[in-house]
Amino acid sequence: MPNYRLTVNGSQRTVDVPADMPLLWVLRDTLNLKGTKFGCGVGACGACTVHINNEARRSCVTQVSGVNQQITTIEGLSADGSHPLQRAWMELDVPQCGYCQAGQLMSAAALLRKTPRPSDADINGAMTGNVCRCGTYLRIREAIHLAANGGRRA
Amino acid sequence: MKKKLNITQLDRRSFLQVTALAGGGVMIGLYAPKALAQGRGGGPAAAPVPSNYITINPNNTFTVVAKNPETGQGIRNALPMIIADELDVDWSQVTVKQADRDAAKYGQQIEGGSTAIPSNYTPMRQIGAAGRALVLAAAADNWSVPVTELTTASGVVRHAASNRTATYGSLAAKAATMQLPANIALKDPKDFKIIGKPLPGVDNLAIVTGKPAFSVDVNPPNMLHAIFEKCPVFGGRVVNANIDEIKKLPGIRHAFIVTPPTPPAAAAGAPPAGGRGGGGPNIPSGVAIVADNWWLAQNARKSLRITWDEGATATQSTAGYTATAKQLKAAADQAPAAAPAAAPAAAPAPGGRGGPQIAAVGNVDAAFTAAGNKVVEQEYYFPLLAHAPLEPQNSTAHYQNGKLEIWSPSQIPNVDPCGAAAGITGADVTMHLVRAGGGFGRRLQSEYDLEVSRIARLVADERTAAGQPSVPVKLLWSREDDMHFDNYRPAAYHYFKGAVDASGKLVAFKDFVGAFPNTGSGTPIPSNEFPRGFVPNFLVTSGNITPFNVPTGALRAPGTNGTTFAMQSIIDELAIAANKDPLQFRLDVLNSPEGPAVGGFSAARAIGVVEKVRQMSNWNTRRASLPRGTGMGVAFQFAHAGYVAYVVEAAVDANKRIKINKAWAAVDIGRQIVNPSMAKNLVEGGFIEGMSHIMHWEITIDKGRVVQNNFTEFQPTRMQQVARNLVEVEFVLSDNNPTGLGEPSLPPAVPAITNAIFHASGVRIRSLPLVHAGYSWAT
Repeated sequence: MPNYRLTVNGSQRTVDVPADMPLLWVLRDTLNLKGTKFGCGVGACGACTVHINNEARRSCVTQVSGVNQQITTIEGLSADGSHPLQRAWMELDVPQCGYCQAGQLMSAAALLRKTPRPSDADINGAMTGNVCRCGTYLRIREAIHLAANGGRRA
Repeated sequence: MKKKLNITQLDRRSFLQVTALAGGGVMIGLYAPKALAQGRGGGPAAAPVPSNYITINPNNTFTVVAKNPETGQGIRNALPMIIADELDVDWSQVTVKQADRDAAKYGQQIEGGSTAIPSNYTPMRQIGAAGRALVLAAAADNWSVPVTELTTASGVVRHAASNRTATYGSLAAKAATMQLPANIALKDPKDFKIIGKPLPGVDNLAIVTGKPAFSVDVNPPNMLHAIFEKCPVFGGRVVNANIDEIKKLPGIRHAFIVTPPTPPAAAAGAPPAGGRGGGGPNIPSGVAIVADNWWLAQNARKSLRITWDEGATATQSTAGYTATAKQLKAAADQAPAAAPAAAPAAAPAPGGRGGPQIAAVGNVDAAFTAAGNKVVEQEYYFPLLAHAPLEPQNSTAHYQNGKLEIWSPSQIPNVDPCGAAAGITGADVTMHLVRAGGGFGRRLQSEYDLEVSRIARLVADERTAAGQPSVPVKLLWSREDDMHFDNYRPAAYHYFKGAVDASGKLVAFKDFVGAFPNTGSGTPIPSNEFPRGFVPNFLVTSGNITPFNVPTGALRAPGTNGTTFAMQSIIDELAIAANKDPLQFRLDVLNSPEGPAVGGFSAARAIGVVEKVRQMSNWNTRRASLPRGTGMGVAFQFAHAGYVAYVVEAAVDANKRIKINKAWAAVDIGRQIVNPSMAKNLVEGGFIEGMSHIMHWEITIDKGRVVQNNFTEFQPTRMQQVARNLVEVEFVLSDNNPTGLGEPSLPPAVPAITNAIFHASGVRIRSLPLVHAGYSWAT
């Protein structure tokens, strides 16, 4: 199996895996970064969302051999939950089961990087690829607005 | 005023005991007696072992055990909150610790049926209050003052007269030596400081920072990863497979046909009837592939060549079930009605809504032909549904030296069948309860626990034979596995006929249900389903669609989640026939009971939530002034001991695109909401799940196998369909015992939406999902 050099959350990592192995499984099983979640395997639910070069990407359908830019996972969003989105998620008590929330946060973080004050339509556009089976969309939307508003309730 | 409660009345089967800990801590436990300890597994009961609900640490912090598994309803918060409040400590002083599965310590540890709150609310209060009583007794003894002169707050005892204080931590060692008083006061609810406060989830930080919080994240050292390929046709068996070729693929450590456990070990905890047959009593026939990582195992499936004996189910299809339902209906029309059975008068336990499948009152046929009566006759259908929790089924197990350690995401954890699958007894199983990424009833059936227990045993046997050390194994199903091997929400065909008289009164109601034999909830219609008990002529009968070999199970509000769609829709049709406002029509029927309450159904509580939602939605005036193409619908349901009514406003355009503008929910789950933050979240989520049921969700069967594969063909509700502030929730605090909320919020959401579609467009929705009728969500 070939070696691939990855930059994950700012660290250089070398992995010895098949070329067609999805990045999701390299992160989870090879690098033991369990925050990125498996939901569908076909890019249909967003649970596996990471940033590649600051863009939200579905890691379950991204082959490791094609990734040569910076990768950020939920573990790299902040070390301690201090990212404004993470703080907003906790303040509004967004999760139910919580399984989708890492992917939701990564999609939301990519959105805010490009669009610091998103409209509801912007949120729809950025977040519709992320399924929340429990249906916490109302709180996710409010938490994005809260973070975009500097943590102040509008 | 403190309510006095004799400790012997705690529960006739439980008592409290106190244990001192090294280092000055004290443990306070609710002891389960022999009967309870025996409960699930049979066999001799162990001597009662101290449970460990509360640990008082010397530094005045408190470790409180969450006994039930957490699947996303917030029970890991709620039960410890109840204990902590009665203990009278601050929530910030509390660390929550998840219990392992232990029947002797904790009795039932079930997260399902919305029962965790009603069955644990008082016992958890008593445990907290007992802890407080012991600390008070210690302080009173130290200071030689009467207990009645002492007060507590924030984990500190205070004697106001002498201005003395002592922390619980400083009193812990002494408390462990004190006699538990005979009478322990519970707080007056107005003094609650934690119960009733919106407190965020205890795992939120772990969740938002990507800590390994879930079952799929369990990662003991040297773990291998497994897939389990089962026959796509329910009940099919492996004839042969190219195991030797699979073993040669990179990273594959083990591959084998899964063989049944050695009899007689496998017995207890069988999955539902109509199960998968196959390799053992409880374990389907299939091939396991075990690899260094999950993707290698999953990828090897592409190379797997299995010859299956598909069995008899391969001839079954959804089209065939539909045809059978029509035949049953035709036969029922010819046959005389069977003898009626009375509905139970007493309330079933929360979640238990079984009862006779035949109910007959008066003479429906006479009412249908009576002059002046208007008759409505319509067919309704709702499909099989998968649960599709976002975390696919998985479990991790390690078989070693005759013992099994398992990390289970089950909603109803049970060691015995896991032991049987591994060829040992439940007594040799240690089960850790791990947070699950959604349940919705799916994890009430835990085949993955049995499968991984069997696979872990077979891996261990292979390794022992090869002189290798045993290792843990994680079994993870793919999303396709999860969709193909669910225990599905049963479909049903309803053939209604109802009549209203000239004054608009509902005078006859008849329903024949084409139902499936193994419905998971026991009966196609709950015995206390409205409008039973409110119609002078009433007849409900059903027939079983057979053969049917698709496994079914409980989906959020089993028995009612689909039934409510059909019943609250036909009620709407009858309201229209009666020329009445559909909300007022429901109230009129509720206000005209025909005899005593049936099965615990409370008309007063139903009226309470309907009236509340009328007021919240400003129904009377708002509905009269809606723009063209916009409508408002109403529905209510009594499900799992809770009462919920919705009003929905929706717009339907010329291209059948639906936009839900607003939903109002009135909820009565008793006098106390333990955690309003999660409670509101669950109602919002219940409504949003209802949107999935309406538009896209269905499972169909073709040639004995499930047609749908992934979320691409089983589309859940998504962000763009959920307008900002879509759902407004209010709780009606009736003077009834608190009950759970996981379930009641879903069922009436569905017909409230379809009734709004009717009001908006004049089109009555009688079959789900809507995508087949050309509808889509507006974007």
